[in-house]
Amino acid sequence: MHFVVCAKQIPDPDTPPSAFKIDEAKNEVIPAAGIAPVLSQFDGIAAEAALRIKEKLGDVKITVISLGKESAQAAIKQVLAMGADEGLLLEDDAFENGDHFTTALVLSEAIKKLGDVDAVFCGRQAADWDMGQVGLGIAQLLELPCAIIGKDVQIEDGAMSVQRVLLDGFETVKMPLPAVVTVSNELGEPRYPKLQQIMQAAKKTVTKWGLDDLDNLDTSKVGESGRKLKLEKLFIPTSDSDVEIIDGETAKEQADNLVAKLKEAKIL
Amino acid sequence: MTKNVMIIGEFNDSGLSDTTLELLGGAVGLSSGGSVSLVLLGSGSENQSNAGFKAGATKIYIADDESYNEFLPDKWMAAIIDASTQDNPDLILLEQSSIGRDLGPRVAFKLSTAVAMDCVAIEEDNGLKVTRPCFGGNARAVYSFTDSPAVATVRAKSFEPIDSGNESGETIKIDVNAETKVSIINREAIVTEGLKLTDAPIVLCGGRGLGGPEGFDMIQELANAIGTDKAAIGSSRAACDLGWYPVANQVGLTGKVVNPDLYIGIAVSGASQHMAGCSGSKSIIAINKDPEANMFKSSRWGIVGDYKEVVPALIEAMKSN
Ligand SMILES: Cc1cc2nc3c(=O)[nH]c(=O)nc-3n(C[C@H](O)[C@H](O)[C@H](O)COP(=O)(O)OP(=O)(O)OC[C@H]3O[C@@H](n4cnc5c(N)ncnc54)[C@H](O)[C@@H]3O)c2cc1C
Ligand SMILES: Nc1ncnc2c1ncn2[C@@H]1O[C@H](COP(=O)(O)O)[C@@H](O)[C@H]1O
Repeated sequence: MHFVVCAKQIPDPDTPPSAFKIDEAKNEVIPAAGIAPVLSQFDGIAAEAALRIKEKLGDVKITVISLGKESAQAAIKQVLAMGADEGLLLEDDAFENGDHFTTALVLSEAIKKLGDVDAVFCGRQAADWDMGQVGLGIAQLLELPCAIIGKDVQIEDGAMSVQRVLLDGFETVKMPLPAVVTVSNELGEPRYPKLQQIMQAAKKTVTKWGLDDLDNLDTSKVGESGRKLKLEKLFIPTSDSDVEIIDGETAKEQADNLVAKLKEAKIL
Repeated sequence: MTKNVMIIGEFNDSGLSDTTLELLGGAVGLSSGGSVSLVLLGSGSENQSNAGFKAGATKIYIADDESYNEFLPDKWMAAIIDASTQDNPDLILLEQSSIGRDLGPRVAFKLSTAVAMDCVAIEEDNGLKVTRPCFGGNARAVYSFTDSPAVATVRAKSFEPIDSGNESGETIKIDVNAETKVSIINREAIVTEGLKLTDAPIVLCGGRGLGGPEGFDMIQELANAIGTDKAAIGSSRAACDLGWYPVANQVGLTGKVVNPDLYIGIAVSGASQHMAGCSGSKSIIAINKDPEANMFKSSRWGIVGDYKEVVPALIEAMKSN
């Protein structure tokens, strides 16, 4: 079987808020000094889901695909180090500044070109724009069934079962392959590659495809010119909160003083 | 400019969901006299139509059919595409719920248009403009759409419900029969007894700093002292991931969004992705032993100290209140 893991490289979401800056003239995030971009967290978990199934089934090839700049090689290599077999970078000047629609379009054309893909694993949302739509978009464009926000993924007898996390419960669905799944952190931690695996992955070559390597696409459909969602403004919301630290020599004093404040403010 | 807005409604035995009512109220404002259509799918939808008109709908598309009772995305999508083809809306609104998260992108990709997820504001300002948090809550983005219909999923409490004074209007039956390749094997609903986290006027939230699930027992005692008709308990993702508290109570970007009168974060660091779920609270209190914890920055009041001492003292203070 052949699985695809879609992996995006993003600014580190654990960047402290004080180091998070925006260039408001360009509507861009300014990369925080000294903080390297990372593999989006849920994509590592998507890789983990695919690898667990590979371990069970044996004969599975995993291709990790990233649409991004040259630097996204690092995200691909990280998934290769975890145990994926091949890497594919979709990189072209024409792809730059796209939106979620163009991203899903380019990824789906790449998956089509690979030809024999049985299952696509995505993260529930990329932790930069927090959108959560590319997995569903790929499924829609390729006309494949899709289940989102999985905490457990199994493949058996040509079908995929996904236990999904709902806001008020869980649900298990089953769908025939080929299928798309997006995974969430409830699946568990992604495995940590061993040093030897990291060294092996570093040596692996990553295939690169640009616009000319993919069918059905041209410059008008991808990148900035293909965008359907126009970013008008990106800004940091101002917070006007000024915290009042409650005094007290002892915890009891602090607690009594807090309750007095809450009464004064008519909250209690 | 008038706009035609279509809302994908959600309801249960007790009526239309609060967010559906809010979306209807918002749509009436955005439409400036255009149509406000509500789509209702599943058994009992007919019974909800009066409430829909009262909340602002001018037209209701209905499939009062049990084949929609379980949410099967392919089936629901086909019904919505049918309604949208008949209605030709400029904007389709869904809740940022388990259903909306799933349907919004499907509908948009099917219609070759764009969707903005988890919006907190929508305005008409030289075309539709939507605002949504991004970068884990650190930033806000404002988007416009190149294609119609624009699709947006919307966070609870982003709009106010209204009373239109109408109790009737045009209803149109949807009649499609779509195939689905997906079957539901099992569904476990988590039924919250008593006060729901998203309705509670006071939310007490525990984090990884509790050091173990016992910490939540202490928070439960605090909830009891305040009154379980007022206080409900949430948890940070770190605490849920450790198995200390159920996932259904996770507050934050990938959990629930709460807007209580008072939010007390106990041994929670206040990462932006956590605050994304509670920053709309009227007042926030942080209880944390680290004075530098991020949560203090968004709080009105703070107690610097070990929760193991502060919370028992607070329980006593609440009891004697
Ligand atoms: C894409 C994405 C989505 C996410 N979604 C969510 C989400 O929906 N919800 C969410 O919560 N997180 C979410 N996170 C995770 C988030 O970034 C943080 O990692 C998480 O919120 C940390 O949880 P915490 O504050 O409980 O733990 P920690 O960050 O470990 O903080 C523990 C705090 O407890 C304090 N403490 C320790 N001991 C004591 C004591 N005895 N008394 C008092 N204080 C003490 C410490 O000083 C510290 O501030 C998400 C992350 C990403 C990347
Ligand atoms: N540029 C990209 N390259 C590869 N995969 C991506 C890219 N963008 C999004 N994805 C995949 O789609 C998921 C959802 O992304 P999003 O819709 O942007 O929140 C991510 O977790 C990835 O698995």
